[in-house]
Amino acid sequence: MNQEVKLMKGNEAIAHAAIRYGVDGYFGYPITPQSEVLETLEAEMPWETTGMVVLQAESEIASINMVYGGAATGKAVMTSSSSPGISLMQEGISYLAASELPALIVNVMRGGPGLGTIHPSQSDYFQATKGGGHGDYHLIVLAPATVQEMADFVGLGFDLAFKYRTPAMILADGIVGQMMEKVVLPEPRPRRTEEEIARQCPWAATGHSHGRKPNVVTSLELDSALMEKNNERFQRTYREIEKNEVRYESYHTEDAEYLIVAFGTVARICLKAIEDARAEGIKVGLIRPITLWPFPYDAIAEASKTCKGILVTELNAGQMIEDVRLAVGRNMNVRHFGRMGGIVPNPSEILSALKKELIGE
Amino acid sequence: MPKIYGAVTINAERCKGCELCVIACPTKVLQLQPKEVNNKGYHYATVVNAEACIGCASCATVCPDACIEVYKVIEK
Amino acid sequence: MKQEDIICPENRVYAKPRLLNDNTMHYCPGCSHGVVHRIIAEILDEEGYADNTVGVAPVGCAVFAYKYIDVDWVEAAHGRAPALATAIKRLNPDRLVFTYQGDGDLAAIGTGETIHAANRAENITIIFINNGIYGMTGGQMAPTTLEGMKTATTPYGRRIDLNGYPLNISELLAKLDGTCYVTRQSVDTPAAVKKAKKAIAQAFANSMAGRGTSVVEILGTCASGWKMSPHDANLWMREHMGEHYQLGDLKNEVKQ
Repeated sequence: MNQEVKLMKGNEAIAHAAIRYGVDGYFGYPITPQSEVLETLEAEMPWETTGMVVLQAESEIASINMVYGGAATGKAVMTSSSSPGISLMQEGISYLAASELPALIVNVMRGGPGLGTIHPSQSDYFQATKGGGHGDYHLIVLAPATVQEMADFVGLGFDLAFKYRTPAMILADGIVGQMMEKVVLPEPRPRRTEEEIARQCPWAATGHSHGRKPNVVTSLELDSALMEKNNERFQRTYREIEKNEVRYESYHTEDAEYLIVAFGTVARICLKAIEDARAEGIKVGLIRPITLWPFPYDAIAEASKTCKGILVTELNAGQMIEDVRLAVGRNMNVRHFGRMGGIVPNPSEILSALKKELIGE
Repeated sequence: MPKIYGAVTINAERCKGCELCVIACPTKVLQLQPKEVNNKGYHYATVVNAEACIGCASCATVCPDACIEVYKVIEK
Repeated sequence: MKQEDIICPENRVYAKPRLLNDNTMHYCPGCSHGVVHRIIAEILDEEGYADNTVGVAPVGCAVFAYKYIDVDWVEAAHGRAPALATAIKRLNPDRLVFTYQGDGDLAAIGTGETIHAANRAENITIIFINNGIYGMTGGQMAPTTLEGMKTATTPYGRRIDLNGYPLNISELLAKLDGTCYVTRQSVDTPAAVKKAKKAIAQAFANSMAGRGTSVVEILGTCASGWKMSPHDANLWMREHMGEHYQLGDLKNEVKQ
């Protein structure tokens, strides 16, 4: 197949993929290091071609609530931001989850807490995978490691969001947002027609109520018995997602004596560390969770069976390590290596950490 | 001179007894039930002076609960 | 003429509008919300918007507006209705999209969304019920609470030195280039209700014609929150609210 290979930033790939997927609307607010998503969309003017709506909102709060409004009408809508902006969006994300609305949220993470730094980080893992806003809910969380995955996960995120009627998040670190790589963009496809939306989303408040009862999108239910039923329905959906949608990549786990678990671009740095380790005769393997929720607990448990220890490498103080510990239990030696504040480790640092933490060198 | 006949019916169960219709009526057709209450416990509005009704719909226009239907006949 | 001769379908001049369903509204007796809901339902039916409308409900007393008026609705987060309406209208430009918001929702927590939606000239209608109090949470101070007015959080009356001034948000919105129609109405008398209905119908027409943002403020009453009878609340509203918040058009750039 003759595919056109392009060179672009991860943030730009998100924008191009959104247009090509047939996204109906993007609503966002500038924040480093993800502003290229909105900038690229404005430059591409997709309203002239696909009819996609692009709007720079007055805040992240407005952005996510525009997404909420658009999603309520059955449209494929998305936003993107970076850590502090995503914090502002949490109420709206909770409403999306509670109203069972499909939507895509992109978080190109920067270092926190607070205003923190504009440099890359993975310190929003807890926020993304454990709920983030109020109430019992989960997002489907996809962690891209390449610019190609930035492009691919737009479509995947929307497909999963519509399949399960739940918001999905692309949790990217600032590295993959900013770096340029080769990418093959998805084939363009048309936006869904009104009829297709009505068929796919019979619950949507489209305003066209011909012959059906009015559709109301709300997260409010004051009757506790009914609200518990709603929650039980959400939880059934989450169990289905956990059963069907776990995604991960493993590398050299067959003969591994030591395992590294890392996500996003950090996993790629770890690959180099593993190559160096194997050159020294240390058998190290890697598991890269692609879905951070649902988390690949079983895959990690299985891969750890032949291992003496696990190093969880993250750009944070130790967040995903809690899920790795849940996967393998207390008898496994699970250690953490992380850099914070926007620092990205090099392969030799990771290899040194592995030797120190797991081998005792 | 054409003669105007009006009449109102009140959905007593929907009524909350706010009395706004009673006050809005220019010909004093309505009153709150002084003793009886509806299932919600409100002294609901009721017609006490039917002949005076001119079908102007002032009562229905200010009613917050849309309890009132208005009828009007103009006899030439 | 006998009553039974008058009361027959062909003589009916007023009935509950078709789009206002049989659910009993949860509002307190005499609440202005009921009247405004009713006239919205009337307009939606009379003007042919019934199968082409998305309403956006607020957080506040009117949170359940969607239970009473039979069109499609989305229930917004507190204050964010204009953001939702922005997206709904832009993604579905042929629909009538309106928000229904109280003074806390629109003029306190949602000030940003309200001003920016209006400033972008979104082709939506904002129906703004101003009763100067937080009804749903039990009668606390609103941004529009009058000076000296007693509420649960200003038990000795609103003090300017502590709480600032009553916010004339509609005057502010009228100054924005994005609004085409900003009017302040009331629903305390039959004549006022008819005027308010005309104003909302005008606003809806503006939205469908793409003329920019229309804002219809309705000075409402909160008999429970104000601790008055519904009739006394109407009188108090006209005398005191009406003094600070002058009734009438603040801006009408649509020549009829």
